[in-house]
Amino acid sequence: MELTVTLLLFFALVGTAVAIALVRNLFAVVMLSGVTSLLSALLFIVMDAVDVAFTEAAVGAGISSVLMLGTIALTARHEKAPKRISLVPLAVVSLTGMVLIYGTLDMPNFGAKDSPVQTHVGPDYLQRTPEEIKVPNIVTAVLASFRSWDTLGEVTVVFTAGLGVILLLSGLGRRRRRGRGPS
Amino acid sequence: MERIFDAEFALGHMNYWLFVILMMTGLYIVVARGNLLKKIVGLNLFQVAVFMLYISMGKIAGGTAPILIDNPDQLYSNPLPHVLILTAIVVGVATTSLGLALIVRINETYGTIEEDEVLEIDHQMYAAEVAEMNKNKPVKTDAA
Repeated sequence: MELTVTLLLFFALVGTAVAIALVRNLFAVVMLSGVTSLLSALLFIVMDAVDVAFTEAAVGAGISSVLMLGTIALTARHEKAPKRISLVPLAVVSLTGMVLIYGTLDMPNFGAKDSPVQTHVGPDYLQRTPEEIKVPNIVTAVLASFRSWDTLGEVTVVFTAGLGVILLLSGLGRRRRRGRGPS
Repeated sequence: MERIFDAEFALGHMNYWLFVILMMTGLYIVVARGNLLKKIVGLNLFQVAVFMLYISMGKIAGGTAPILIDNPDQLYSNPLPHVLILTAIVVGVATTSLGLALIVRINETYGTIEEDEVLEIDHQMYAAEVAEMNKNKPVKTDAA
């Protein structure tokens, strides 16, 4: 049952990705990227990552789409047709994909209990959270307490990115008005 | 390699292969499409595929979401990949917004968001600069 759901969601996801590659209307591209985020949020739920799923739905389908819509409103609505079609990207991508699949051959089976991922800090967090942090959601406990330095680093990155966006876009409206101003 | 096809191995690894397919679709959009906004969307697709690969490693068969319930025998999936990917999603949207701001800025300067047109304008500007320099050169040698 779970396998069927995973496969169904996955093929919908690849279909959306292919549509993104083919569609030329940028509004459609942005909407399809929102659909991708929603489908991947569903896949995250199937894989037990509920916190990741709602972050992806809120951030990927929500904020990203709004930002991209703002960008197409300020720039262009349509992608221009390519002048020449080259097979080089397809070859590069297939080769990379094959190398990556070769790399997965050594990985443990999906859902394995005794893989290296499951035998180090993960169980430790599960054990210590009820005694030390006393919140039922372990993801919250790890995010805000055990690994709060990571979260501080994340906030720093977001702050820096915000600063960059402000520097890049400051004076945009002023320059636009001057460009169109009385001549 | 005693057997050519092992059903358990294939089923256990199919998830990873599916994510690689999705990742490569994203990479193809980044490499082959000239529109800068589409490149960002492709980058996001690539990113989501990496997240899925990571989350799928934390899944335990028969486990549930890592939120504690009263049953002491309950198996939980590994919470650590979830935490790391949560951070990565937020950082991802920060970098996306920076990329989009760059696109707006490029559009302001070049009047287009197609990669090949931007390159063409760059080449024309460079050619004009070189022509300007060549025009000035003989004047300078005469004066010397």
